[in-house]
Amino acid sequence: MYRIVDKSYFSPNVLRLEIEAPLIAKARKAGHFVIVRVDERGERIPLTIAGADVQRGTITLVVQKMGVSSTKLCNLNVGDEVTDVVGPLGKATHIERFGTVVCACGGVGTAPMLPIAEALKQAGNRVITVLAARTKDLVILEEQMRQFSDEVVVMTDDGSYGQKGLVTAGVESVIQREKVDFCVTIGPAIMMKFVSLLTKKYEVPTIASLNTIMVDGTGMCGACRVTVGGQTKFVCVDGPEFDAHQVDFDEMMMRLGAYRAEEQEAKEHLLEQK
Amino acid sequence: MEEQNRNAAWREALRKTKNPKERAAIERVKMSELSGDYRSHNSEEVNQGLTAEQAVLEATRCLDCQNPQCVTGCPVGIDIPGFIKNIERGEFLQAAKVLKQTSALPAVCGRVCPQEKQCESKCIHLKMKHQAVAIGYLERFAADYERESGCMSLPEVAAPNGIKIAVVGSGPAGLSFAGDMAKFGYDVTVFEALHEIGGVLKYGIPEFRLPNKIVDVEIGNLEKMGVKFVKDCIVGKTITFDDLKCEGFRAMFVASGAGLPNFMGIKGENLIGIMSSNEYLTRVNLMGASRSDTDTPVLKGKRVAVIGGGNTAMDSVRTARRLGAERAMIVYRRSEEEMPARLEEVHHAKEEGVEFLTLHNPIEYRGDDKGRVTGMLLQKMALGEPDASGRRRPVPVEGAQEWIDVDEVIVSVGVSPNPLVPRSVPGLEVSPKGTIVVDSEAMQSSIPTIFAGGDIVRGGATVILAMGDGRKAAASMHAKIQRGEI
Repeated sequence: MYRIVDKSYFSPNVLRLEIEAPLIAKARKAGHFVIVRVDERGERIPLTIAGADVQRGTITLVVQKMGVSSTKLCNLNVGDEVTDVVGPLGKATHIERFGTVVCACGGVGTAPMLPIAEALKQAGNRVITVLAARTKDLVILEEQMRQFSDEVVVMTDDGSYGQKGLVTAGVESVIQREKVDFCVTIGPAIMMKFVSLLTKKYEVPTIASLNTIMVDGTGMCGACRVTVGGQTKFVCVDGPEFDAHQVDFDEMMMRLGAYRAEEQEAKEHLLEQK
Repeated sequence: MEEQNRNAAWREALRKTKNPKERAAIERVKMSELSGDYRSHNSEEVNQGLTAEQAVLEATRCLDCQNPQCVTGCPVGIDIPGFIKNIERGEFLQAAKVLKQTSALPAVCGRVCPQEKQCESKCIHLKMKHQAVAIGYLERFAADYERESGCMSLPEVAAPNGIKIAVVGSGPAGLSFAGDMAKFGYDVTVFEALHEIGGVLKYGIPEFRLPNKIVDVEIGNLEKMGVKFVKDCIVGKTITFDDLKCEGFRAMFVASGAGLPNFMGIKGENLIGIMSSNEYLTRVNLMGASRSDTDTPVLKGKRVAVIGGGNTAMDSVRTARRLGAERAMIVYRRSEEEMPARLEEVHHAKEEGVEFLTLHNPIEYRGDDKGRVTGMLLQKMALGEPDASGRRRPVPVEGAQEWIDVDEVIVSVGVSPNPLVPRSVPGLEVSPKGTIVVDSEAMQSSIPTIFAGGDIVRGGATVILAMGDGRKAAASMHAKIQRGEI
């Protein structure tokens, strides 16, 4: 069992959970994810690790209330236990001194970007973070991002904070302003698709961290498969990061909808129980 | 051991009670099973087991050959006449004891081994044009009898030697290795990546063929013998091989299984509703997705095609029937004769209303505007010359193609070794296919303290072959440790 030692809210639906998992805290690197099973009847869901404290033996997860499992996880309180946390899974982010790197993140994708920005900064890169959200209240981790970024550009869809516009507008303004050597993007699939299209136009090498449906997370089931460069790859063991310009995002978005009806029904059922 | 000695007085006397002709004249027992209609709507175990009377009569058919060939057909070399004759004399607990000398999981093997290709294929009765002794049924009977009697005997365990051994994976290879090493007196810890112990016995083989409670009893016995289990722990990820070394583990056995499911790489294969048998069976068996009280969903198709002809394909198609498929089909590119599945599974599937589209191969899928699979294009095949496997190679029949309506497709065309462990150990020799290379006798890898067995070495085989590897590895590791080589 894995005890929750701290819980805080970024917004009513976005939470930060600090969970005791000393072995994972020690082994994890930027880019890794864990599989979480909330209780004995729970499903196994992948969540990217947002940080770790080796001394305290904890890992940090940032979770958005979406379906049944994430809602159940968010409803747990400090002192409660999560039945299973396994990892770290996936390949760690390849970090090197690229030069100038744009970190383009949106929504809860900002959380897994944090350790990547940190590692990129430590490797001597100039890090420019473009942090996007629908509205001001959903902008998370801005202060923490500033610690590892030479510059943070905040974008909101409604212009309530930072600049008005989508993440792509922010990224494009940076690319037009200065030479960008590399881009990392994490966020909703549709966002990553458009960041990828943009950086392809400017020929900026880009990696995207994909979050797909998984069951075991160890290469066994193939539920997470995506097409990359015309070949089928497994996000859990071959990823989660891939060359964004090669990823078939349309297929990925289609596959993310595989259980939408079931998810909706289960969510309604969960809400009725309360 | 007295109960196993062929020349023991009781056994000689037993042989004389009937002559071989009388024994051969007895008809092979029929396993009682739930009716196809009834069972295709629930997860109850299909085979109901033998009664004591049936078992004694079946055991009487065994001629207790002086040079029993059945034993040579068993990958772990179980003393088959030894346990069967104990059944014949009514000493069922002794029979179970004989089994456990060589098999860590007799209740499992009695249910899932392809006996007709192993022990039973060598039975003397076949040479006399009679049906083979039902060795698998008898094995299951003895193991079940012992379990249900409430007086399960644990194998004798040597005094603890204090040497720590790690096992990676808790499937059949890992469990049989752990059992043997515990008997030798080692301090054994099994590390499992999933949240359940048992590997393929839990996530793969369905309840109607191998109830989980039977696997759990066997795991409980290993615990009583001192074996420790750690769940949610991926060796190579959560902890490294070096961590294990630092914690004082002298050597380890890698039995991480054949993780990665193969796909065929045909058009439309990533449509929604097309999945690997591993995914389908894991959702249903490990996650309980068909029950209403669990969170994991599973697609319950009405027209389900399962691609492949192995045991996993049979498990998948029979599961689909149980989840309400009106049309559940096996699509296999060769003919029924070449099917690798156990005969019994094929029979059972047919009784449950499964259709067999043999000599058919899918070449394309199509879907609706939401990306859900709606149809598959099948290519008719014919058998040509034998290929490397000795089976006749299927070749497409020109112009013979047809579209079939489907709303779910389970791809069950084999698996590749799980790359997690091999990737995480620098210097470990791995074949081009990704299997761990071992010396086939000692099961020792290119790193002397790492042994390996089961599907991570074989690339995709059976429960019993994996168990055989576990036993071999235990014996050779024990010998090498005693000689001071590792």
